[in-house]
Amino acid sequence: MEQLRSTPLCSRHEAIKALMAPFGGWNMPIQYEGIIAEHKWCREQAALFDICHMGEFLYQGDFEAGGLEDVFTFSVKSIPIGRSRYGFLLNEKGGIIDDLIVFRLAEDRAMIVVNAATSDNDFSVIKSRLHGGDFTDISADTGKLDIQGPHSRDVMTAAFGAGIAQLPYFKFTTMEILGCEAIVSRTGYTGELGYEIFLPAAKAGELWDLLLKDGRVRPAGLGARDVLRLEVGYSLYGSDIDESTTPLEADLEGFVNFEKNFVGKEALLRQKQQGVPRKKVAFEVIGRRSPRHHYQLCQEAGSVGSVTSGVFSPMLGCGIGLGYVKPEAAVIGAPLTIQHDRISMEATVCQLPFYRGGSLRS
Amino acid sequence: MSMYFTKEHEWVKVKDGIGAVGISEHAAHELGDVTFVELPKIGAVVKQFAVLGSIESVKAASDIYAPISGKVVKINEILNSSPEIVNESAEDAGWMAWIEIADESELKNLMTSEQYGEYLKTL
Repeated sequence: MEQLRSTPLCSRHEAIKALMAPFGGWNMPIQYEGIIAEHKWCREQAALFDICHMGEFLYQGDFEAGGLEDVFTFSVKSIPIGRSRYGFLLNEKGGIIDDLIVFRLAEDRAMIVVNAATSDNDFSVIKSRLHGGDFTDISADTGKLDIQGPHSRDVMTAAFGAGIAQLPYFKFTTMEILGCEAIVSRTGYTGELGYEIFLPAAKAGELWDLLLKDGRVRPAGLGARDVLRLEVGYSLYGSDIDESTTPLEADLEGFVNFEKNFVGKEALLRQKQQGVPRKKVAFEVIGRRSPRHHYQLCQEAGSVGSVTSGVFSPMLGCGIGLGYVKPEAAVIGAPLTIQHDRISMEATVCQLPFYRGGSLRS
Repeated sequence: MSMYFTKEHEWVKVKDGIGAVGISEHAAHELGDVTFVELPKIGAVVKQFAVLGSIESVKAASDIYAPISGKVVKINEILNSSPEIVNESAEDAGWMAWIEIADESELKNLMTSEQYGEYLKTL
């Protein structure tokens, strides 16, 4: 077993008695005061997350000549400078090696932000597909804090000036924070208005302390982050999507551009023609029980699939989940029975997002 | 009133042949935010250490075992809509059921408060 890695903020989490647990090879804070209290704080105020575990790569060079343009399911060269785009790194079979965001920093410069657990593999896969340019893993030197919640804009402008207030969704700006160059991006994983801040890892602690001085900000752990992301229907890599899942099965075709070349394209076109063997569905439970990973999804004829993510939604007051079923069972409004050992609950296939009241685009 | 505990962290408080049953503060704390409690049915006959109900938190789902054999005569229905009471008051307002005790000699299979305190130190 590889040794757990720690973020630069680890001692701060321990000092405020966070519950720590392994996540993606890292020793991460799962909760501070409590998952539901932190979730509520994020929906109503502003929550601060230590996301230093995520991976960041830098590419410098000609996107087309160097091969970066063909690496992902979306075009990098068509991202306007100062904007970011979400999509996938696929294998030859169309399976998702990772979901990621590319930030277009300059004409010939892009930052790629990937999941922690997959970071090392992503780096070698991307590198093997490039034939030019400079490609570096800057994860160890890069800190990342997310501030999310309806008050996050006011907190950020109070701390760093009014300029940030103009930033639209999925746009970022490079600015000086604590004497260093930082990237502030209007993105997140909660469905709320918020920012992801990238800065030198050595400055992450200072930024953490600075933001927490604002009374509207409280720390939130990965437990709350999981509830928040599921309420808005975002997939979690390793649970809802992985190398055995294609974007078509995961109902994420909107992030695949078939007008360009990318590894896995032929497999996806084939699957488009033949039809998917299973499809992602979202469902709401009738009652407060929580669906959990691997629980069976059943209809009259028996099992039609299984749960990949589930939780009790504090905003909806019922259990919610994502899973995969046979395509013919993926019908909005269709009833599902969720089963595991003695546990049985009734649910209904529904549309995403589960929760629509977030401040994301405000 | 005497209070006894199981190794699975249920408690029973005995008075006049009736045992009030719940989960310990330690268990509630370990579970974190409780989001659902499956209560037994009134009239159900349960055996000591057999499944009585279940409890779910944001983090986990676990069974609740009967600390004593007998018949369920009352359930704490408020937990259906406000399961968070288990976090606020696990060993009092967060009780789950009253069991009409079939055989008080089964209490010898349980730990006293002091023994349970010692047991927690070994975990």
